[in-house]
Parts: sequence; structure tokens; C-alpha cells
Amino acid sequence: MVEKIIIENLCIDYGGVHALKNVSLSVKEHEILGIIGPANSGKTSFLRALNRLNDLDLSSHLSGSIYLNGKEINREMDAEEVRKKVTMVFALPIPLPMSIFDNVAYGPRRHGTKDRKRLAEIVEKSLKAGFLWDEVKDRLSSSAMKLSGGQQQRLCIARTLAVEPEVILYDEPCSGLDPISTAKVEDAMRELKSRYTQILVTNNVKQAARVGDRVAFFLMGELVEIDEANRIFTAPKDKRTNDYLTGRFG
Amino acid sequence: MEFFIEKAILLNGFACILFVILIFFFLAKDGLALFKFVTIQDFLFGTLWNPLAEPPQFGILPLFLGSLIVTLGATIISVPLGMACAIFIGEIAPRWMRETLKAGVELLAAIPSIVIGFIGMTMLGPVVKNLFHLPTGLTALTGALALAFMAIPTIVSIMEDAISSVPRIYKEGSLALGATHWQTIYRVIIPAASSGIVAAVMLGIGRVIGETMAVMMLTGNASVIPKTILAPVRTMTATIAAEMGETVRGSEHYFALFALGLVLFVITFFINLVADAALHRKQK
Repeated sequence: MVEKIIIENLCIDYGGVHALKNVSLSVKEHEILGIIGPANSGKTSFLRALNRLNDLDLSSHLSGSIYLNGKEINREMDAEEVRKKVTMVFALPIPLPMSIFDNVAYGPRRHGTKDRKRLAEIVEKSLKAGFLWDEVKDRLSSSAMKLSGGQQQRLCIARTLAVEPEVILYDEPCSGLDPISTAKVEDAMRELKSRYTQILVTNNVKQAARVGDRVAFFLMGELVEIDEANRIFTAPKDKRTNDYLTGRFG
Repeated sequence: MEFFIEKAILLNGFACILFVILIFFFLAKDGLALFKFVTIQDFLFGTLWNPLAEPPQFGILPLFLGSLIVTLGATIISVPLGMACAIFIGEIAPRWMRETLKAGVELLAAIPSIVIGFIGMTMLGPVVKNLFHLPTGLTALTGALALAFMAIPTIVSIMEDAISSVPRIYKEGSLALGATHWQTIYRVIIPAASSGIVAAVMLGIGRVIGETMAVMMLTGNASVIPKTILAPVRTMTATIAAEMGETVRGSEHYFALFALGLVLFVITFFINLVADAALHRKQK
């Protein structure tokens, strides 16, 4: 498989406090990479570095290289270009304060799609891909804030798909959802595998096992181990991974 | 003990409302007394304000239009400026600059209006006079410019609060979809803060319409219906301030000034009502 993202010696610190130390790994095209680890292990910082949301935190400092399709994202690309190709689904489902239709059309509109018919097509396609179309097709103009939590999260995924990204990042996307909504979101992720590269940060080790092709274990800002999901969960190489998975800490 | 404190607080709360009601009541009592001498139509739509003529004329239309043109002018100047300033402070300026700017803007609010009037008279007036080749620099425009300065701090600080209280996740959600910073400000942050922005504008207008000292010094005090913004005007507030000292208590003129105050009270009351409604719409 082609290597979609290559990360070399990535270090991040916030005003002198290290969040990530010398992480090097690569993400293959069309895989789901699960990232697990206890709180403060640097998972979210890692994810936010990949679409340059870390730029917003002025106290953060980043060194090392991140290549997307062979291009270094901090030196050879604009932040908007990176974020269009690498989009993010957040822990809290956060629809923008507008209608369902406008939420999904938001990205394409900002990137220059004006034609109403074309927008309607994109919205329908994206909502179908996010497994939400059947539930909302009759009320596209009502406020997105009125949807349930699980629906809002799938709306956020649909909104992300509408910009036709190449990579989707999930930051604990199911932390606020009930098991049934979680299952629907996971179904959506599996379904999207054929077209997108996905990286999933989760506190739920079982979720990483359910959907991840490969899994990386982070601990205190370091990458401890990365391997095929079934191998990590059955025969981890590092003792710390084993300890975490068997519940000795974290 | 608990009982007494609770009652004392309750009493204080009611006292505030009571004062407003009392002010309104006394204003109305003396103001409405005017209509024993003059009809409401002549008062509201009369085009001449000349209390010393025989018989005296109490038409407030020129004063009302004077207030309107100065207020509108000040609003047109201060709202875009204040909005741009608030967006800059809330969204664009780096952190160290943000604090300095906020303190600076709030300092602007602390300048006494007489000082603004003084500076306007000696510096702004001549500029307006020479720029437009006018016989006098004391015009509605001069007053509007000075008042814009007084409204900007109110507008900026309330608007900036509204803008920075937009949840950070909205901003990140928009940016994560590849929108630029400006697109995010324009499409997400400003709509989400719209109720606070409306409230800021209304309170700014409320501040301008009630202002007396600076407009009295700067607008030329001619109670004629203004044809352009470059004509001298006289506002309702300036009229009351200028004439109150020379009236006889209980005379028609005295009642007329109270009626004028009543009109002002009603206007500012409605402006505040709109601002309040806008602010509370958000919390639904």
C-alpha cells in the first residue's frame, strides 16, 4: 500500500512543556489507524498537528516533518490547503449554528461551489455517505442544533466528506455517544475505508480493536508501538502496551 | 440575620425600579401639563421652536430632526469603525496587543464629554469649516464626528465580548473544513455573535442620543430644520440644557422642556428595550 502520510521526528511543546517527543510513523492509504493511550499521552496534539490546527495555539511549537503525498505540510502547503485535504471530526459534535443543508454545504461553498443544483447533489451524496440522509432528508432546512447527539456527529462526518478530503481525522468521535449511535458511526467509518485514509484517536481500546487496521500506542508523548491491530491486541512487543491493554494502568 | 439580608437586598432591587418609575412619573406630570396650552400635533409636528415669541412656538420637529441627523451620522461613522475594531481585537490581534487595545478603548470611554467638546470646538470645527468651505465649523457633522468617538468604546467593548464568547469549537469546526480565517469570521463568528452585535449598536446609539455637553458645544445650536448634514442644528438634549436656566417654574416654556425630556425618555427606553431583546434572544 502507498504511504499517504509520513511523519518524521515530530516534536511539539506548549510553552516549554513537551506534548510529543520524536514521533516517527507513516500512515498507509485507505487504512484506519487507531491511536490509543491514556490521557496526556499526546494523541490529540498529534492529530491536531496533522491538519495544522495546532497553529491556532500561539504557545505551541512544532519541529520535525509531516509529509502529505510527499509534500511537507508546514513548509510547502497553505494551512487552508492542508485542512481541505485533511479534515477533522471533533470529540463533541459541533454543528455550526445554521441549517442542516448549510452545515454540509459550508465547506464546498467556501471552496467556491456556488451552483445550487451542484450543492444539493453534494449535500445528498455526503449525507448518504454519513448514513444520515434517510433521517433528515425531509427537514434539511431546519436547524442542525435540533438533531440528537449521534445524528449531529454523523452530520459532522457528512460535512467533512462534502469537502472531498483525502484524510479524515477523528478526535474521540464517540466519547459523548450512546452504544447504538457509536455503532452507526463505526459503520460509517468502515464504509468510508475504500475511499479515505482515516486516523482515529480514541480512549476506547475496544473501539480501536473493532475498526482499526493498525493501532499505535502513545504514552507520555512517545510512540511506544505501532502494529497490525490483531497483533497489538494479542501479542504486543512492548511491556508497557501490554500493561495498558490489560488495565494495569490508564 | 439571613432574613434581614434577604429583605434588604430585595428592597434595594425594588428601589432601582421604583426610581425609574418615579422619574418617569414626574417627567410625565410636568411634561403632559404642556398640553393644556399646546396641542400634541403642534408640539410633535410644529416646525418652529421659539419659546420667546409672542405667542410662544413649541414645535419640536427641528430639534427632533437635529437629534436624528446627529445620531444617524454618529451611528454611520461609529458602527463600521467599532465593528472593525472589535473584530480586530477579538480575532486577529496577537494576545499582548489585545490587552493594550482593550485598555486603550476603555480609556476612551473615560474622557469627559466636555473635553471632547472642547477638542472638537478648537480642532475639529476649523477642519470641517475649511474642508467644506462653510461659514461656520459648528455643524451636525462636527457633532456627529465627536459623538462617534464617544460611542465607539461602548460599541467595541460589548461587541468584542460577544465575539470572544463565540465557542472556540465553532471556529475550529469551520477552519477544520478548510475555510480561511476571514471566511470563518464572516460566515460563522459574526452570525453567531449577531445578537451581541445588535445590542452593542443599540447601546451605542443610546449613548449618543442622550449626550448633551459635546453636541451643545459643537452643533451650532440653530433650531432650524436641517437640510444637509453640514448645517448647524440643535438637538433635544442641548435645548433642555441651554434653556432650563432661563425658564420660570410652572410656565409654558418650563412644561415644554419637560415634554421634550419625556420624548427623549421614551426614545431611549425603546432603544434599550430593543437592545435587551437582542441580547436575550441568544439565550433561548
